[in-house]
Amino acid sequence: MNINILGAFAAVALLAACSSSETAKPTPDAVVNKGPVPGSQEDLVANVGDRIFFDFDKATVKGTGAKTAANMTTLDKQAAWLAQWKQNNVQIAGNADERGTSEYNIALGAKRASASRDYLVAKGVAATRISTISYGKDRPVALGSNEEAWAQNRNAITSVR
Amino acid sequence: MLKDAAIPMTLIHPTRRGLVAATTGLLAAPAIWTRASAQAAAPNPNAPGSAVIDVDRARTDPIPVAIPVFVGNGGDTERLGRDIAGVITNNLARSGLFRPIDPAAFIGKTGDGVAVNFGNWKAIGAQALVTGKIDSQGGDKVRVEFRLWDVLPGLQIQGTAYTTTLSNWRRIAHIISDVIYERMLGEKGYFDTRVVYIAGSGPRDRRVKRLAIMDQDGENNRFLTDGGFLALTPRFHPTRDQIAFMSYVNDKPRVYLFDLANGRQQMLGNFPGITLSPRFAPDGNSVIMAQTTASGSDIYLIGLGGGGARRLTDSGAIDVSPCFSPDGTQIVFNSDRGGDQQLYVMDAGGGGVKRISFGRGRYATPVWSPRGDLIAFTRQSSDTFAIGIMRPDGSGERILSESFFCEAPTWAPNGRVLMFYRETAARDSRGNGYSSRLVSIDIAGFNERAITTPTDASDPAWSPLLQ
Repeated sequence: MNINILGAFAAVALLAACSSSETAKPTPDAVVNKGPVPGSQEDLVANVGDRIFFDFDKATVKGTGAKTAANMTTLDKQAAWLAQWKQNNVQIAGNADERGTSEYNIALGAKRASASRDYLVAKGVAATRISTISYGKDRPVALGSNEEAWAQNRNAITSVR
Repeated sequence: MLKDAAIPMTLIHPTRRGLVAATTGLLAAPAIWTRASAQAAAPNPNAPGSAVIDVDRARTDPIPVAIPVFVGNGGDTERLGRDIAGVITNNLARSGLFRPIDPAAFIGKTGDGVAVNFGNWKAIGAQALVTGKIDSQGGDKVRVEFRLWDVLPGLQIQGTAYTTTLSNWRRIAHIISDVIYERMLGEKGYFDTRVVYIAGSGPRDRRVKRLAIMDQDGENNRFLTDGGFLALTPRFHPTRDQIAFMSYVNDKPRVYLFDLANGRQQMLGNFPGITLSPRFAPDGNSVIMAQTTASGSDIYLIGLGGGGARRLTDSGAIDVSPCFSPDGTQIVFNSDRGGDQQLYVMDAGGGGVKRISFGRGRYATPVWSPRGDLIAFTRQSSDTFAIGIMRPDGSGERILSESFFCEAPTWAPNGRVLMFYRETAARDSRGNGYSSRLVSIDIAGFNERAITTPTDASDPAWSPLLQ
């Protein structure tokens, strides 16, 4: 978060330098200062990380692999962010790639969402603040039919409700 | 000219609802038929005059059948005569078991089918002949006479007249097609049926999925929901005009019942978890489905009124996609309790669980044949999906169709044909090239056909024969 504030200041300085070298137009403050509002959905996406990823046909959050380590880091940050923004409730949506049958994928997505919720609850987030849903393979974020797209679509995405 | 007294004919006066009920009664009363059809009721391929042949043989040697335009009597009846003959021709051709003869080959006047010149039909190789006659009865009422002839011995196999409204003509054509199928093959047909499915449109990350229904031949398509919420996996009630399906209305994915008569939707039960993969019990009094838990999903049986929910599995794994055997004594379902998705069979009460799938890959979406003799499934290997069938004990596995992606087989009510959906892969990162289509195939793995739908389509469910 500190880094981002610095970044915003840096942008202001840069723009100010630019505009001074041109004709004196009023600096568009409103645009310059617009970053994610702290505690907002955009803040969650930009500064915390709203999603974690899974291996094929797996719903494992914890573990020793690189993917699970990254997942735990993201969920730890989500837990800290939720501790800071106590008025925020969230929904966790579990998703699956297209390489599975529809009904099974809905159950698999639900399991991924539950695993993420359980991790946050273990980190002290009240269970009542978290709802879960599964879209199976019906809400992919990547539209390709290759491993790269499928890896992105095996996820659990947290959003402010 | 035809005299009703000379050739036994049954006259029925169907209303919209009563149409098929009357036909069922007709089929159940073989005493009214002529000699040839009485023999057909007790199939014996060697009996003189019998037209009953083996369905499996017909696949390699389809029955040549002539279907001249039904003879009209002025006004709408002329058009109706062409349309009804056309629908019958399409139905029989698509079954793969009949070979309708090109009308261009017909010799002489086809007439009204009473005084048949069998020599003319023999000469073009017709084994069966379908004739019909349509009379206006005043207003929008018409009388459709239909006769099925065994050309070689020159015998009438069946004669039936239907009185109905003009708007009902497609159902008359389907009912006649079913009669022909049953008289010639000795098994019930599946033409007077509908298919409920999911119509998909728009980009896949914002896909609109609507409940839709059509006749089995793709006609009379109708959208049942407006696309404001995701609709998935519809299934027909065994006797009523009701569908069970999964709806995401209010962002709360649950199983709903949908009444076709009035469009009313009712959530089934009150479960904390997501409910999914519904199927009606064969008696039509309850639904079997899955509910998600923290660790997977369990299978439940619940009454149509939402009461008496009973949990049948509790494995701590994903148990999903349950389906009753047609006699209601067993349930086949999908579970990853052993590590990955396989098929299991258990007693209707939840006991005696036995794994039945042991081939290579994952197995899913088991559906018990209406005849009880087979279970259709989806098999997932490393880079392909396939539709297959196996016996209820897991033996005799046979793959019918394999591609990049296919799933969700559904049985025609006679257990001879499956419908499923097939998706093509996207060829770029924007999803171009992706499509989803309905396909039918017979259980021997032959006669694969695409079903034309106005939009992308998935999740087909075949209705029972209409009532």
